[in-house]
Amino acid sequence: MKKRYSREKQETRMGLFFLLPSLIVIVLITFLPIGQTFFRSLFRWDIKFESRQYFTGLSNYTAIFQGLFSPDEALSWTVSFWNSAWVTFLFTIIAVLIETVVGLLIALIINREFRGRGLVRTATLIPWAIPTVASAQMWRMMFSSQGGVINDLAKRLGFITEYVNFLGDSTTTAFWSMVTADAWKTIPFMALLLLAGLQTIPLQLYEAARVDGASKWRQFFSITLPMLKPSLLVALIFRTLDTFKAFDIAQVLTGGGPASGTELLSLFNYKLMIQQGQHGRGSAVAIMLFIFTMLIAFFFIKVLGADPYASKGKELK
Amino acid sequence: MRKRWIPRLLLTLAVLVIIVFMFFPFYWLFIMSLKGDLDLYKMPPDWIAKNPRWDNYKTIFTDHNLGQNLQNSFIIAFSTTLISVLIGSWAAYALAKFRMRFKSLILGVILAVSMFPGIVVVSPLYMQFSDLKIINTYWALILPYLTFSLPMTIWILQSFFKQIPDALTEAAVIDGAGPMRALFQIIFPLAAPGIFTAFILTFIGAWNELLFASIFITDYRKFTVPRALTLFSGQYTSSWQLIAAASVVITLPLIVMVLLLQKWIVAGLTAGGVKD
Repeated sequence: MKKRYSREKQETRMGLFFLLPSLIVIVLITFLPIGQTFFRSLFRWDIKFESRQYFTGLSNYTAIFQGLFSPDEALSWTVSFWNSAWVTFLFTIIAVLIETVVGLLIALIINREFRGRGLVRTATLIPWAIPTVASAQMWRMMFSSQGGVINDLAKRLGFITEYVNFLGDSTTTAFWSMVTADAWKTIPFMALLLLAGLQTIPLQLYEAARVDGASKWRQFFSITLPMLKPSLLVALIFRTLDTFKAFDIAQVLTGGGPASGTELLSLFNYKLMIQQGQHGRGSAVAIMLFIFTMLIAFFFIKVLGADPYASKGKELK
Repeated sequence: MRKRWIPRLLLTLAVLVIIVFMFFPFYWLFIMSLKGDLDLYKMPPDWIAKNPRWDNYKTIFTDHNLGQNLQNSFIIAFSTTLISVLIGSWAAYALAKFRMRFKSLILGVILAVSMFPGIVVVSPLYMQFSDLKIINTYWALILPYLTFSLPMTIWILQSFFKQIPDALTEAAVIDGAGPMRALFQIIFPLAAPGIFTAFILTFIGAWNELLFASIFITDYRKFTVPRALTLFSGQYTSSWQLIAAASVVITLPLIVMVLLLQKWIVAGLTAGGVKD
């Protein structure tokens, strides 16, 4: 017993030695800056006007919460913050929901036998692999009212009578365009993760169900979904967090417009901090964004029981 | 048995819909890249390129410096990946093979780091990089890219390393090999697919990144490809044929990579906490 303990101690020491370089890098470029960002959020610091910083305590945060309950003209940035938070939450929930449902559908289809299946499976990786900047530019061209194929198609099919500037005319069309462009890029990723989950379900379960006379629907709800739950939750937690901090898609597709209707939190934060030079307020917003992501992760892991450790590393093909 | 063709037909149709949904945007991008100024904004648009303007592809290299952007992107993504795999593999080795205290805590922290929103580190890093005078150098992107690539690499590698039987490394240690030699002589060769996977996924992540690339690089000669591509947007008169041509050029290598390496990519996606 004692010997084992000392061996563990020895391996712990050696392990820390191996971990050291990575831990140093992570502390230096992640933890330290996060701490500094929090510190900076306690100041008013408008870099465009003066280099002096004024310590204001938690007032950036109280301003944010005041902005939620009593929108004040003088604190218009907090109103924009809550607008962005609302847009981001809505975008995250809708986009991830669509991606999951369609992704699951595609996974179920690819899981069946057909000619060229390997090719289709490979092809699903392509939208995932290309830069979001490129895919967003692609969708910007397709949504355009000048030379855009979606307008052309919608008019030919009789959905619209006049060409519509989807990305610029109304917040609703811009928002849904952003959802579409994001879904196109991430559905394949979802489908692949779920396909991997589907392939771990033992076929005997379905055979047994068939013998018992269970319908296809019944099999789906009683076997497929429960067995898929761990992979589904892991895919969901990563997709939700990624969608929540999305920046590229809004920046390129709409620039946050029209009327800030597609201004995701990361983009709002970028504009406030980098373009307007408000490092104090911007830092407070960044910390809020950080807290939101931690809450989402907490919700998935503690409430829904997602286990990011569990489904890892079972297949090495 | 007679009705079996109906589900077959439905399946074929479904597959066709998936293929069109995934590939039509690429087709459109390609068509746009061959259009001339006058055809770009025409309504209804041409669905085929009537007078393909291949010189658009020349313009993006001669007038728009895409070659330089590609080179910047490549150096930055490659260096990020190399550093991540080098120091990440030590960490992964310790986490996968050593009996250690606090192991699950460390793993949890590493996973949590990979979930942080990038913008939360931007402001302090910018100040520090300015002090160090590395804004507008490759380091200004390689260092922040490690925030996401290092946790991702460690996560993928430790899941691959775990699958190598302990007996093999222990035998090496009994034979007198130090842990460093065990790592290089036993683990690395056996986990080569895992290292390759981590390499590809980290590379793609760094190649596609935009937020840091918009902040830490302000000199257009040092722009990475995604940053260069945004330059065209947000303006009223976009040169769409050039954006399209540039998008095709930067997308093609990724498509080839995916087609050749899909086996490893899928293994990595299902092994690690991987983000897009």
